[in-house]
Amino acid sequence: METRTLNKKPQNHQKIDKRPDKRFKVIDITMKRNHYRQDALIEILHKTQEAFGYLEPDILEYVAHALKLPLSRVYGVATFYHLFSLKPSGEHTCIVCLGTACYVKGSDRILATLQQELGIQSGETTSDNQISLLSARCLGACGIAPAVVFDGEVTGKQTPENALKTIKIWQEEE
Amino acid sequence: MDLEELLEIKETTQAKHQKKRKRVRCCTAAGCLSSGAKAVIDNLNTEVKHQNLTEEIEVTSVGCLRLCSQGPLIEIDPDDTLYQQVKPEQVVAIIDSLNGQQNRENLPQKTDLTHPFFAYQQPIVLENSGKIDPESIDDYISKGGYQQLRHVLLEMTPNDVTQEVTKSGLRGRGGGGYPTGVKWATVAKMPGQQKYVICNADEGDPGAFMDRAVLESDPHRVLEGMAIAAYAVGANHSYIYIRAEYPLAIKRLEKAIQQAKRYGLMGSQIFESPFDFKIDIRVGAGAFVCGEETALIASVEGKRGTPRPRPPYPAESGLWGDPTLINNVETYANIVPIIREGGDWYASIGTENSKGTKVFALTGNVENNGLIEVPMGTSIRKIVEEIGGGVPNQGTVKAVQTGGPSGGCIPAHLLDTPVEYDSLQKLGTIMGSGGMIVMDQDTSMVEIARFYMDFCQEESCGKCVPCRAGTVQLYDLLTKLIERKANQQDLDKLEALCQMVKDTSLCGLGMTAPNPVLSTLQYFREEYITLLQST
Repeated sequence: METRTLNKKPQNHQKIDKRPDKRFKVIDITMKRNHYRQDALIEILHKTQEAFGYLEPDILEYVAHALKLPLSRVYGVATFYHLFSLKPSGEHTCIVCLGTACYVKGSDRILATLQQELGIQSGETTSDNQISLLSARCLGACGIAPAVVFDGEVTGKQTPENALKTIKIWQEEE
Repeated sequence: MDLEELLEIKETTQAKHQKKRKRVRCCTAAGCLSSGAKAVIDNLNTEVKHQNLTEEIEVTSVGCLRLCSQGPLIEIDPDDTLYQQVKPEQVVAIIDSLNGQQNRENLPQKTDLTHPFFAYQQPIVLENSGKIDPESIDDYISKGGYQQLRHVLLEMTPNDVTQEVTKSGLRGRGGGGYPTGVKWATVAKMPGQQKYVICNADEGDPGAFMDRAVLESDPHRVLEGMAIAAYAVGANHSYIYIRAEYPLAIKRLEKAIQQAKRYGLMGSQIFESPFDFKIDIRVGAGAFVCGEETALIASVEGKRGTPRPRPPYPAESGLWGDPTLINNVETYANIVPIIREGGDWYASIGTENSKGTKVFALTGNVENNGLIEVPMGTSIRKIVEEIGGGVPNQGTVKAVQTGGPSGGCIPAHLLDTPVEYDSLQKLGTIMGSGGMIVMDQDTSMVEIARFYMDFCQEESCGKCVPCRAGTVQLYDLLTKLIERKANQQDLDKLEALCQMVKDTSLCGLGMTAPNPVLSTLQYFREEYITLLQST
């Protein structure tokens, strides 16, 4: 399998080297643990995305083959659910919650500010591959609305200015 | 595991807690964690160790302490003190005060526990929440946990259990409000060897987080309720379908299942009865439609979460075509107290057609954001104005939204309506899973309607045309209105289309998608009219 590893991602190219890609092992172990059951497809895709960061067509093919499922079915599932992504995400991710509680407290303004600052729409990644901007449908953190997730960390009571500050720090890191 | 062992764990755990002079309970549910509870509890642990107080002071990580907007929260036993917005650097002052040294300036603010927010609550589902360590099965057992499962398995027939639940008058807490006892009896009656029990922990409603709080605060309570349900309907395999957006709840559930297995409370021949039971976790992947039971089943089977027409209902033909019982997290969490105290006791709380209590996630433009559990029949005014403390900064309540995208808005003049399944339905909204979002005078109701329509068009699974295309058209019409490009004809079209989408969609998502538009049209029509093009 190592011949089809993802050398498309330049930053990983050196890491992969000529050794076999360990990330495929993660998928293999998950599939084995689930006894290659076809109904465990969503679990397996979760693990796969965790390992690779996103779901490449090549990996979907690999999973389909191992579970003896048609690729159309695997692709269908991968594209149906919002949490699966077929595109790589940026170095940093920023998820603005657009749940109702966050919305009535102004999270739409936060999103608008960030979109303007980064020059991208929600769901896109900046051209330098640095920041991915996303929106969520409700994080269940309504008590501290409006909430924004910066690199996996949920922060509450955000304002456009606040969120902008975090983004600026990321941009300066570069 | 037998009763004696269970009681022994109960006593030793209680004794262990009582031995300590003080007990500091730190909320580590998701809300408080996001406000920095991790650093607080870490500091508490280090400081207690540093001052050699481990024998006297116990620091426990507990579930939700309710007042989420003021987190991180810390409660101290036996002082009955709740500190809010605790900062890590205030930990020393807190420990000093536990040692009798007063260092008032550095102490965090105390919360008034006699405030209606706490005083009006009647915890049944949340009785252990904030009291026990959710990651310790011993703590759960110390509160009488798993005794009801034993009681049911050894002293009741499946039929007795179902009858007790029927007697309690419990209705499904996921939103529909279907009588739980009737649902259980239907599945129990079905022929066939293989049956399944599913716990719907998808909670996709924006603005709702009750299920999350229950799972993060008291996961064993849900497991015990599911095991009792499985015994009652004759199933031995169950699934919890949970949102991937709730990683902490998933982690705590996994841990709880492992602990229960180790204690022999899950697996084969539980309490030396012939009852076998196992639970698997299925993590969702972000699709609102999967809250709909037939779509949820498809997702558990590893497919796209698209619904199918009912009948046959899952009770007859569910997971892999076998009879399947699906209930929501809060419904299962109600089972243990019903068995413990009896169905009659439960039926004595609440109103005639809505029994018991309901957990609400009270959020939006309201002073006290958080989780509340109140008896059914409590008026919305009492919830919003007294428990919630009203709109901050002298604002006024314009509307209260319940039921998420499937619900509607209750205008201010109807706030005296009691919270019941039927009374809310009469107002054109629903109880839903229990999100309650307060909106103040500055909220544009047309924009709120468009906000929900945006949600629905994005979340539509695309299987049936009325929902797939209808929601897009509704969204466009609302946009036209907001941009002041619409005329009376567009408004008429909007109303007619709402009705059509409602009547012809395949599943609950489409059928209820127009509700926020219809309910705002009903109560805030003038806002729509003022947006019409002046020509």
